[in-house]
Amino acid sequence: MDQSRIRNFSIIAHIDHGKSTLADRLLERTGAISERDMRSQLLDEMDLERERGITIKANAVRIDYDADSGETYELNIIDTPGHVDFSYEVSRSLAACEGALLLVDASQGIEAQTLANAYLAVESGLEIIPVINKIDLPAADPDRVAEEIAAVLGGSPDEAIRVSAKSGEGIDELLHAIVDRLPAPDGDPDGELRALVFDSYYDTYRGVVSLIRVVDGSITKGDAIRLMAHRHDLNADEIGVRRPAMEPTGGLEAGEVGYVITGVKDIDLIRVGDTVTWADVPSEDPLSGYAEPKPMVFSGLFPTDGDDFERLREALDKLRLNDSSLVYQAETSRALGFGFRAGFLGLLHMEIVRERLEREYDLDLVATAPSVQYIAHLTDGTDRNVQSPQDLPESGSLASIDEPYVKVMIITPSEYIGTVMELVQAKRGIMGEMTYLSPERVELHYEMPLAEIVFDFFDQLKSRTRGYASLDYEPSDYRPSDLVRVDILLNGQPVDAFSTIVHKDGAYSYGKAMVKKLRELIPRQLFDVPIQAAIGSRIISRETVKAKRKDVTAKCYGGDITRKRKLLERQKEGKKRMKMVGSVEVPQEAFVAALKINDE
Amino acid sequence: MSDRQADKSIARTLPARDPLLADAAHEWKSAYIHIPFCRRRCPYCDFAIVDESAVRSDHARYAEAVLAEIEMEEGIGRLDAVNVGGGTPSLIDPAHLADMLDALERRFAFAPDVERSLEINPEDWTVERADAWVAAGFDRISIGLQSLDDEVLGDLGRMHRASIIAEVVSEARAAGFRSINVDLIFGHPGEPAASWRSTVDRVMDLDVDHVSTYALTVEAGTELGRSVSDGAPAPDDDVQAERYEHFVAAASSRGIVAYEVSNHARDGHACRYNLSTWAHGEYLGFGLAAHDHRWGIRGRNHRRMDRYVEDIDAGRRPRLGTETLDRRDQERDRLMLGLRLAAGTPMTDTAEAFVRSEAGARFVDAGVIRIEGGRLVLSNPLVADAVAREALSVSASDC
Ligand SMILES: Nc1nc2c(ncn2[C@@H]2O[C@H](COP(=O)(O)OP(=O)(O)O)[C@@H](O)[C@H]2O)c(=O)[nH]1
Ligand code: SF4
Repeated sequence: MDQSRIRNFSIIAHIDHGKSTLADRLLERTGAISERDMRSQLLDEMDLERERGITIKANAVRIDYDADSGETYELNIIDTPGHVDFSYEVSRSLAACEGALLLVDASQGIEAQTLANAYLAVESGLEIIPVINKIDLPAADPDRVAEEIAAVLGGSPDEAIRVSAKSGEGIDELLHAIVDRLPAPDGDPDGELRALVFDSYYDTYRGVVSLIRVVDGSITKGDAIRLMAHRHDLNADEIGVRRPAMEPTGGLEAGEVGYVITGVKDIDLIRVGDTVTWADVPSEDPLSGYAEPKPMVFSGLFPTDGDDFERLREALDKLRLNDSSLVYQAETSRALGFGFRAGFLGLLHMEIVRERLEREYDLDLVATAPSVQYIAHLTDGTDRNVQSPQDLPESGSLASIDEPYVKVMIITPSEYIGTVMELVQAKRGIMGEMTYLSPERVELHYEMPLAEIVFDFFDQLKSRTRGYASLDYEPSDYRPSDLVRVDILLNGQPVDAFSTIVHKDGAYSYGKAMVKKLRELIPRQLFDVPIQAAIGSRIISRETVKAKRKDVTAKCYGGDITRKRKLLERQKEGKKRMKMVGSVEVPQEAFVAALKINDE
Repeated sequence: MSDRQADKSIARTLPARDPLLADAAHEWKSAYIHIPFCRRRCPYCDFAIVDESAVRSDHARYAEAVLAEIEMEEGIGRLDAVNVGGGTPSLIDPAHLADMLDALERRFAFAPDVERSLEINPEDWTVERADAWVAAGFDRISIGLQSLDDEVLGDLGRMHRASIIAEVVSEARAAGFRSINVDLIFGHPGEPAASWRSTVDRVMDLDVDHVSTYALTVEAGTELGRSVSDGAPAPDDDVQAERYEHFVAAASSRGIVAYEVSNHARDGHACRYNLSTWAHGEYLGFGLAAHDHRWGIRGRNHRRMDRYVEDIDAGRRPRLGTETLDRRDQERDRLMLGLRLAAGTPMTDTAEAFVRSEAGARFVDAGVIRIEGGRLVLSNPLVADAVAREALSVSASDC
């Protein structure tokens, strides 16, 4: 296809603003798919994604659009992940496009993550078409939303296309705008092959399937290809496009988007962001922007039943087939036994992995409270990465600690500015710029320790703003901080899995709150269970779970021993999700109690 | 074992908590007959009964069905104990009860010192009935006293007044019952501590040989269960523990000792049927929703009256189902039940495996269980279920 008739674009939208509906409508309008089997095939294919209403993996669908001019255009819709945890993946998807539709709900206005992604698109040189959706809604205020978008992205409010993805109104105008306003790709069709890998996933039957955007040259079935970052040579066994079903095409030319299957099973060989070139006539110049995935949040994963350790390892290995950003290594905890310390891109990524392990692999897990990666400077002049509080060296050998900071953007209705500022300050945030998007909505910038976000920041932000504030953040740098480790002792024994690194000023109140929370969460046992918080050898707080005094049924149900036994067995089953720590039964949620401590 | 079996009268001579007695009870054979009629259903009760405030029942027809069921049973040998319970056995004509005892004796024979126990409600008490029960052969009576506080009795939905009890007990003695029990229920949320203390004091002044104490339990599907799930206060475990401990202290100072979690007796008056159940003995069961246990099989009868009668009329055992236990299962049940006995339970392989398990070792360390004279004994009866739960899962996995 002549590049002048190709348009590659993604849709940037907040959850529920109508991305899937709009994509359906575009496909339907171009006859790519019948309305009936649309939902089932489209975009968000994983169950979890559908449930949470977010896109984790990228996707690309090609449609043919017959313009009024009589010419047929090839449109590639590249779906991007919609969450801050996956910002690297977002950036790679955007790099595969020349344009983006910034889709905003006419009754809601723009949200922080959407805006962050829109900024990213602008920085990557993409042409943006603002699209205001749901204009059919009575509460729609497209004029205000158009003003808001113009205020943050520049340009005129008239540039926004107004649509109802539901009724189809405005879809034709949108298709015209895509053809007229988005630039065509302008790579060198005769140069050496350079194609960007913007997603890779593992398919049980076909091995690794990679989505690519050909920038220069072309790729043909059977080509020997090379992945430039890791210098692997592979064979292009199959090349095709998704419509959205997979359709082999034999090849892809400059400007086109599609998939390549190489028969490899190891996803690490074809990493997102890498450049594909010909193995025999390689390009000298990889496309820019490749980065190794960088875990931001770490958590211990332990099977409740120690015998499940091997099953957990296998499950992690399998998940990794599809997720090269998931890293893990074996870890031993005195309290929890054998498990893994896993690194994640963020909290959502962590939750998704944990949920998939439990659901798809039927594992019963204890996950410890998430931690960030600290850098410990030792008195002997060496540095050490600390991904787990129990790895923090003793204070004697510790010179100082650095912790990761992030740049935070919060968009909130202006009435909540006060409460948001209060919260952020309590979380050691440093105020930066503040911009009014409109008289009612404001964009706030902060620098904050990532550790504070990893705790229950998001929940608190949501609850203080009745769900109206939105949040985005990106890593900035490491800064020295006055940090200490707070240990928790059960029955006089320190429980490593409960240790947390916190700022010195908050350590005392953290210890108190944590001990109190644990007292609520740990059920009464047959003996008193003292719970203590300590910094080093100094106990800063203490509570006791009083011994249970009665745990017996009075009667034997008139000789119905079977019933009695079944009752006991059911009760026992209910205790299965408990982990024995020493002689204390600890429920799984206690290990993330640190996240549930409410500062108020 | 043989010397014990030879002398069945040890029940009358051994202390209530004696391990020899518990082991003997394991060998006893007993029978239970269920009389499923009550004037109205008590708010906490989930037993299989017919609420006569709603439906009138034909007691004679039911009695005939039970007699027919007894005829269908081939038996497990001579009976050492019989318990007629309910429901409210005192609600039906004593002649029916006499017929049932006769039928049991004719069909299975009684040991010379057989215990024949009858549950009654105080509101049914008359001297004439008492005489009829004794004449029928009952030598033990169990009185549904529950409390000696009229307000608590009201909360429990019971129909008698506390003031009649002293007379009932002395008339029972005069009628010739060898052993007299009263049932108590404690720990209703509306029961003040003082009420319980006064009930306990006055029970101690009654001339009784045995007291059964039941912590009020909220069962799903009962009136109490519904009101608790609608927000009414539930019984408090700590309060119930205090009530229980108060009773144990008061009773033991009067020579009435706990031989099982809920059962307390003077020496020579431990209830045979009761002991045999907890010692995992064998028993027959007759009547609606009755349970039995013999040759490693647990059986249960229909809970619905129409089904029960229909099967009897068709000449079938009115079975709802059975469960077959292998040797391990039996040891497991014996352990689960025997932990409730003050005498403890023998160190079977299963008990051994439990003590060696991680959970078992923890209980030993914490002093919750101990091994004493070759038996596994619970130090605090109030945590029997906590221990039994672990014992069950150990025996399920380790054996
Ligand atoms: N009224 C109205 N509802 C819409 C429109 N577009 C999408 N929706 C609804 O908004 C909700 C979210 O849409 P969806 O496409 O799933 O959002 P996504 O999370 O961005 O993919 C669904 O209930 C849609 O039916 C529209 O133009 N008008
Ligand atoms: S009298 Fe006994 S069996 Fe009858 S309803 Fe009351 S508690 Fe239940």
